[in-house]
Amino acid sequence: MKRLFPILGVLTAILLCYGLYQALVVAPTEQTMGDVQRIFYYHVPSAWTAFILFFINFVASILYLVKRRSAQDMVALTTAEVGVVFLTVNLVTGPIWARPVWGIWWTWDWRLTSTLVMWLIYVSYLFLRRFSSGGQTPTLAAALAVLGALCVPFVYFSIWFFRTQHPQPVIGGGGSIDPRMWHALLINWLAFSCFAFMVCWSRYRLEKLQREVDEAHAMQSLLAPRGGVR
Amino acid sequence: MSKPSGIVRATLLKDLRLEWRSKDAINSMLFFSLLVVVVFSFSFDPSAEESRQIAGGLIWVAFLFAAVVALNQTWAREIRNQVLDAYRVSPAPANSLFIAKALGNFIFVLVLEALMTPLFIMFYRLRALGPAWQLLVVGALGTWALVVNGTFFAAMSLRTRSREIMLPLLLFPISIPAILAMVQATTAILSGEQARFWIVLLATYDLVFTTGCLLLFETVLNAE
Amino acid sequence: MTEAASDSVSVVTVTNLIKQFGRFAALRGITAEFSGGKLYAILGDNGAGKTTLLRTLAGLNRPSSGEVSILGTNADAREFRDICQNVGYMAHPSLLYDEMSGMENLQYFARLYGLTGNTRCAEVIKAVGLDPDLVRPVGQYSQGMRQRMSLARALLNDPRILLLDEPFSNVDVHSATEMVSLLAGLRDKGKTIFVVTHQASLLEGVADESVWMEHGQIVQRSRNLKPPGASPADGPGHGNGK
Repeated sequence: MKRLFPILGVLTAILLCYGLYQALVVAPTEQTMGDVQRIFYYHVPSAWTAFILFFINFVASILYLVKRRSAQDMVALTTAEVGVVFLTVNLVTGPIWARPVWGIWWTWDWRLTSTLVMWLIYVSYLFLRRFSSGGQTPTLAAALAVLGALCVPFVYFSIWFFRTQHPQPVIGGGGSIDPRMWHALLINWLAFSCFAFMVCWSRYRLEKLQREVDEAHAMQSLLAPRGGVR
Repeated sequence: MSKPSGIVRATLLKDLRLEWRSKDAINSMLFFSLLVVVVFSFSFDPSAEESRQIAGGLIWVAFLFAAVVALNQTWAREIRNQVLDAYRVSPAPANSLFIAKALGNFIFVLVLEALMTPLFIMFYRLRALGPAWQLLVVGALGTWALVVNGTFFAAMSLRTRSREIMLPLLLFPISIPAILAMVQATTAILSGEQARFWIVLLATYDLVFTTGCLLLFETVLNAE
Repeated sequence: MTEAASDSVSVVTVTNLIKQFGRFAALRGITAEFSGGKLYAILGDNGAGKTTLLRTLAGLNRPSSGEVSILGTNADAREFRDICQNVGYMAHPSLLYDEMSGMENLQYFARLYGLTGNTRCAEVIKAVGLDPDLVRPVGQYSQGMRQRMSLARALLNDPRILLLDEPFSNVDVHSATEMVSLLAGLRDKGKTIFVVTHQASLLEGVADESVWMEHGQIVQRSRNLKPPGASPADGPGHGNGK
C-alpha cells in the first residue's frame, strides 16, 4: 500500500501537467470571452471534485452513525476538509473569471451563490469539529453532515428558482461546447480527482497517526500503575 | 411507562411555567425585540419606497435575531444543576424532549413575532396586496423551520466551547434556503404576486428537517 | 415488585469495564458482581473513578469497552430504556429546577416515569422528611433540604437499584443521619443501593460492603469500612487510602 502512494503521486503530477497543457494550449480559444475563459477548466472541475468529496462525506457520516468505526469518521473529516479547499478554489476562480468578462467581481447567479452556501455549511461543519470536545466530535459532526447534505438539494433548487444570471450553462442543457473543450475539461477533472485522492490519503494517514499517538497515550494511562496518569 | 405525548405535554407545560416564572428573561426578550425593530428602522429608512420593498426581508432578519437569543436560553435551564441528566436516566424517550423543546421555542418565538409585527406594519406602512391569510401560513412555516433546526443545534452546542456563538454559526448556513423562501414568500404576498412555489418549498423543508432532527436527536443527546 | 432478598442473585454485573476520556482513563478494567438487597459504599480518593462508575451504571456514559449488565439486561441493548424504570440516580448537583417548588419538580419527573397523580410525590417527599406543601422554590432551599429533595426525586419510581453520588456532601449532620436511616430502611426492603461518598463514617454499621477504588480500579471489597492497607486500629474516615 505504501509503495502505491509515490506511484499515484507521479501519475497525478503527470495528469495535472497534461491537464494544464490541454487547458492552456490545446483547447481552442473561446469566441466571445477569449483566453480568459480558460479558467473554466479549473473553475468547473474543482466544484465537481468537491461534490464528490462531500458525497463521500455524507456516506461516511451515515456509516459512522450506524457502525461507529473510527475509519469512517476519519474519511468524513478528510473529505470535508479537502472538499472545502476545492470549493474555495471554485469560489475564488469565479470572481477572477467574472471581473474581466462582465466587469463585476461577484454575480449572484445560481451556481456561484449555491456554492457559497455549500461552502458556509461545510465550514460550519469544520468549526463544529474544532469546537466540540473529544468524545462527542465524531457523533455530532456526523449528525451535522447528514443535515447539511439534506440541505444541499434545497440550496440549489431554491437559488435556481430565485435567480438565473449565470452565462449559458455549458454542462447539460444550454450552449453547446466544442468537443476539444469538453476533452480538456474531463482531463482536468480526472487530474483534480486524483489530486484530491492523494491529498485525502495523506490527510487520512496524518489523522490516523495522530489518533494512534492518542491511543498510545490512552493505553499508557490505562495500564500505568498508580501515579502514571497524565 | 408514560405515553410519549403525555411526556411532551408535561415537559412543554413545565417549560412554559418556568418561562413565566423567570419574568426577567421574557421582559428582556420582549424589549430586545422592540429594540431590533427600532434599530432596523433607523438603518433602513421606512419612509423610503425601497425600504418598503425589502420590508419582507427585514422583518424575517429581525425575527431571526430574536429567535437566536430565545433559542440560546431555553436549553440553558437544563444545564443548570445538570437537570438534563435527570431526564436522560429516566425511561422517557429523547424525542419527546426534543418535540417539547421545539414546541416551547415555537410558542416563545411566535410571541416575540406577535410583538414585532404590528410595529413593523406601523413603521413601514405595510399593506398586503395578496391574501393576508397566506402571511400567517408563511409565518408559521418559516418560524417552525428556524425553531426546529435551532432547537437541534442549540442542543448540539450545549457541550461545545463558545456555546452561544456555535448556535448561529451552525444554524444560519443550513437555514439559508428556508430564509430565502420565507422572505420571497412574504415579499410576494405583500406585492400581490404568486407565492405558492415558496410556500411549498418551505413546507417541504420543514418536513425534511423535522424528520431529520427527530431521527438524529437521540444520538446527539447521548453523544459523549 | 421487590423480590425476596436473595443474596446470590447479582443485579449489577460489570465485566472488564474501561472508560476513557481522550487520553485519560477514568475506569481501567473493572470486573465485579453486585448482588441484590445490599448497600454498597463506594469509597476512594478524588479521581478514583467513583463518579464515572456510577454514571456508567446509570447509563449516562457509554463504556469505551467492556460490558455492563443491570438486572440482566446489557447496557448496550435497546431494552435498556426499560431498565431505567427500575433505576434511581442522584448526583451532587441537585438535578432539580430551582424556580419550581419541590412538589412541582416531582410532579414533572413523575410524568417521565409514567406516574400520574400526586400521591406518590407527596409520599416520597414525606419519606425524606420534607413538607409536600412547601411552595418555596428549590433554589431557596438549604443544602440539606436540597439533597433530601434530590433523593426524593430518585425514589419517585420506586427503583430496585439506587445510585447515589455524594448524597451527604455539605449536608448538616441531622439531615445526613436521617437520609442514612432512610437508605437502611430501603435496603431492608430489598433495594440495592450504591453510595459514593467521602464520609464513610456516616455509613458505619449500615453499609453491607465497602468497595474501595483507586485510579480507576477496585482495589478492595470488604465487609467493614476500613481503607485498604489500614491497620485494624484505624477506623474509616481516618487516612483514606495511601
